[in-house]
Amino acid sequence: MLGITVFGLLILLLISAGLVYKSLPVIRQQSLHDLIFTSSWKPSKGHFGFLTFILSSIHVTMIAILIALPLSLFSAIYLSEYAKEWVKKLMSPAIDLLSGIPPVIYGVWGTLTIVPWISDSLAPHFVEFSTGYSVLAGGIVLAIMIIPLIISILMEVFAAVPLEMREVSLSLGATKWQTIKRVLLLKSLPGVLAAVILAISRAFGETIAVLMVCGNFTDVPKSIFDACYPLPALIANNYGEMMSLPIYESALMFAALLLFVIIIIFNAVSRLILNHITRRYQL
Amino acid sequence: MEINLKRYQDTMETDPVNVRSGPVSLTKLSYPLLRVVDLNVTIQHKHILKNINLQIPEKSITCIIGPSGCGKTTLLRSLNRLHDDNADITISGSVMVDNEDIYGKNVEVTHIRKKMGLLAQRPTVLPMSIFENVAYGPRIHGTRNRRKLYVIVKNQLEAVGLWEEVKDRLKTPAIKLSIGQQQRLCLARGLAVHPEIILGDEATSALDPIATTKIEQLFLTLRKEYSIVLVTHTLRQARRIADYVAFMYMGELIEFGSANDIFSNPQHQLTKDYISGSFS
Amino acid sequence: MRKLEEQIMKIVMLMASGIIIFILGFILWKIISKGLPSLNWDMVSKTPSGGFYLGKEGGILNAIMGSLMLIFCSVVISIFLSLPVALYINFILNRKSFASGVIRFAFDIMFGIPSIVYGAFGFMIMVFLGLQASLLGGIIAVSLLIMPIMVRSIDEVAGQVPRDLLEAPLSLGATRFEMVKIAARQITPGITTAILLSVGRGIGDAATVMLTAGFTDSIPTSLLQPAATLPLAIFFQLSSPVEEVQNRAYSAALILTIIILILSFSTRYVSRKISKSKI
Repeated sequence: MLGITVFGLLILLLISAGLVYKSLPVIRQQSLHDLIFTSSWKPSKGHFGFLTFILSSIHVTMIAILIALPLSLFSAIYLSEYAKEWVKKLMSPAIDLLSGIPPVIYGVWGTLTIVPWISDSLAPHFVEFSTGYSVLAGGIVLAIMIIPLIISILMEVFAAVPLEMREVSLSLGATKWQTIKRVLLLKSLPGVLAAVILAISRAFGETIAVLMVCGNFTDVPKSIFDACYPLPALIANNYGEMMSLPIYESALMFAALLLFVIIIIFNAVSRLILNHITRRYQL
Repeated sequence: MEINLKRYQDTMETDPVNVRSGPVSLTKLSYPLLRVVDLNVTIQHKHILKNINLQIPEKSITCIIGPSGCGKTTLLRSLNRLHDDNADITISGSVMVDNEDIYGKNVEVTHIRKKMGLLAQRPTVLPMSIFENVAYGPRIHGTRNRRKLYVIVKNQLEAVGLWEEVKDRLKTPAIKLSIGQQQRLCLARGLAVHPEIILGDEATSALDPIATTKIEQLFLTLRKEYSIVLVTHTLRQARRIADYVAFMYMGELIEFGSANDIFSNPQHQLTKDYISGSFS
Repeated sequence: MRKLEEQIMKIVMLMASGIIIFILGFILWKIISKGLPSLNWDMVSKTPSGGFYLGKEGGILNAIMGSLMLIFCSVVISIFLSLPVALYINFILNRKSFASGVIRFAFDIMFGIPSIVYGAFGFMIMVFLGLQASLLGGIIAVSLLIMPIMVRSIDEVAGQVPRDLLEAPLSLGATRFEMVKIAARQITPGITTAILLSVGRGIGDAATVMLTAGFTDSIPTSLLQPAATLPLAIFFQLSSPVEEVQNRAYSAALILTIIILILSFSTRYVSRKISKSKI
């Protein structure tokens, strides 16, 4: 058993080492700074700038969180504090189901519904032209994907707040909503932040759902109705090229490494901040 | 939520605000009487409280005693409608406060609860600073003026004897206080909304003897202005501080009377047995 | 005033919950309405003929079989790797010990790695071993993907085993290994849940198989042949100009959704049995 455990840990190391090793050629060719902060992408000339892709990922994730967080928060509060038992029993499998639906299905649905809706109904109000394959489409699809995740974590977090604390507030004459606003949310703050962090990680790394609706266009998007090209989509779309140009393979492996590192750093930093908040405010 | 307390501490010396440490004068009705009329409470089809009829005298301490499981806590929590959110509970009968049935049709629950301060068994401080804990009640009822809040907090902390101990760390998290201090803080918090009645649910059972004595002393002081109803788990505490005693057994109110009467001359056999220690 | 705020917020909350339920219904309805018309016996029993992208005849048997074969092998391999780890950090090591925490932390990191990174890593291994796009490549990538899910899932259940159950056999003279066997039997429903969850994740994931398993019209007869999978069947055939091919994509989507539905309800059923039989 110990042996297999060590093997498991080894895998994590192997993944990191492997990605770094495979990325070295392209790092040697261009400096790290150049790779991350420039946006010109010319594989045929052997020049790679990942900024567009990084920014696309960030944009799409931000929109996803903007949409998902209020919806999830209010739903979770409702389910946890107001809903009757039968409502909870109904919503619970529904949420599980939503979280189990494979990303590719969301991609199909997004292509069938969201994309045409954006291009026909929504975008004309704002821009001249949009194919519908856009940052917004990616954000909406991702939002729906992360909503069940946030809700389930929030419900666990809310359930962990002791009943006595709610009763204290109510006994003083507060309304239920005041109790929620001033006590529940305050006490659950670390949990809420943790949920958001997890959701952001998930959204950032999601490949196929976004790929199918984001347009995969390498120019920097000028509005949310323009096409974008997040980092995972880059890797998925171009893996075929990996065989022909070794430097291209190295570049894509670097993209994977970037993804890997960004998510790890994000999680680590958030965990630190979370610990700090919890300790400082004794929540 | 951050308040510059130093500033207000200074102004207090030179600019005193008219302050009372007791409840707002009860001009509307004559007696803050608490009357329980034919109260029946069923929890998940189990008849927990059976036809309780009880009158709580004003400005005194009434202790509810009885063996565990007799329904004392259920009764207490029915008095400020804390059972409202529990779907498994059915309540019939009425509880009259200021001649108003708190279970009546158009009653505003938050208004009722403001009249009663509840001190729970385990001190539960809110996840905020000491200051904010006491200020919570006034805040949710609309008081926003920082000066007013400071004055209220100071008065209530003084009333429970905490002021000297915490005046230099009002902004620190309340959870850092000792359990005894926390319970006094909870009392101050409850008093800050100027209730008429104080309810205590075994309020000292989690505390050490010294802290318990402090709280009991506070109750003795407070009874000059409030009606206090305490569920107590030990006969000793009832003997120490009760003015009136209500004895409950298996969901029924067996006997009620002044502490003297009950302890020296109980009428009911069950009461006699319980007081003599035959069962607990 | 306060009452008004409460009423408004209640409406907001109801709306939020309603929107979410509505979206779920919308998604399911769309998938069913697009996929059901084309779902017939032919669809599930034949492989596409004339090339999966343009060929009008045939069905998605290639993808169904490919996915089933792939997930089966991956689960077997993954269980063989994950169960020992979960048992080790719970029953051999003290659950609260530093080592146990470190290992758990490492697997938490792996849990958070996006599937495309597992795909890329799988690709790296394939190149290293000299493999072409194949069933075996897909199995490697998916096994790695689901291993942290299994470890975490079993770990959660294993943590709920009461200490007495662990100490009793030892005090009767059993070896550590025998004690672990007893504990493992106790958490069998938890292991079942872990498997169900992993299947759900693994069967629907496109990014891992995209870079490793390839795609083909036929059912693989050896581990070294490329394998079609349901997610890729959807992805590749959705954008085809030929309507019949698109219909294959929709049917694949419907079948995948049905599989997930079954898995979801099975997981709930098993979970309920776990909580009922708790000591």
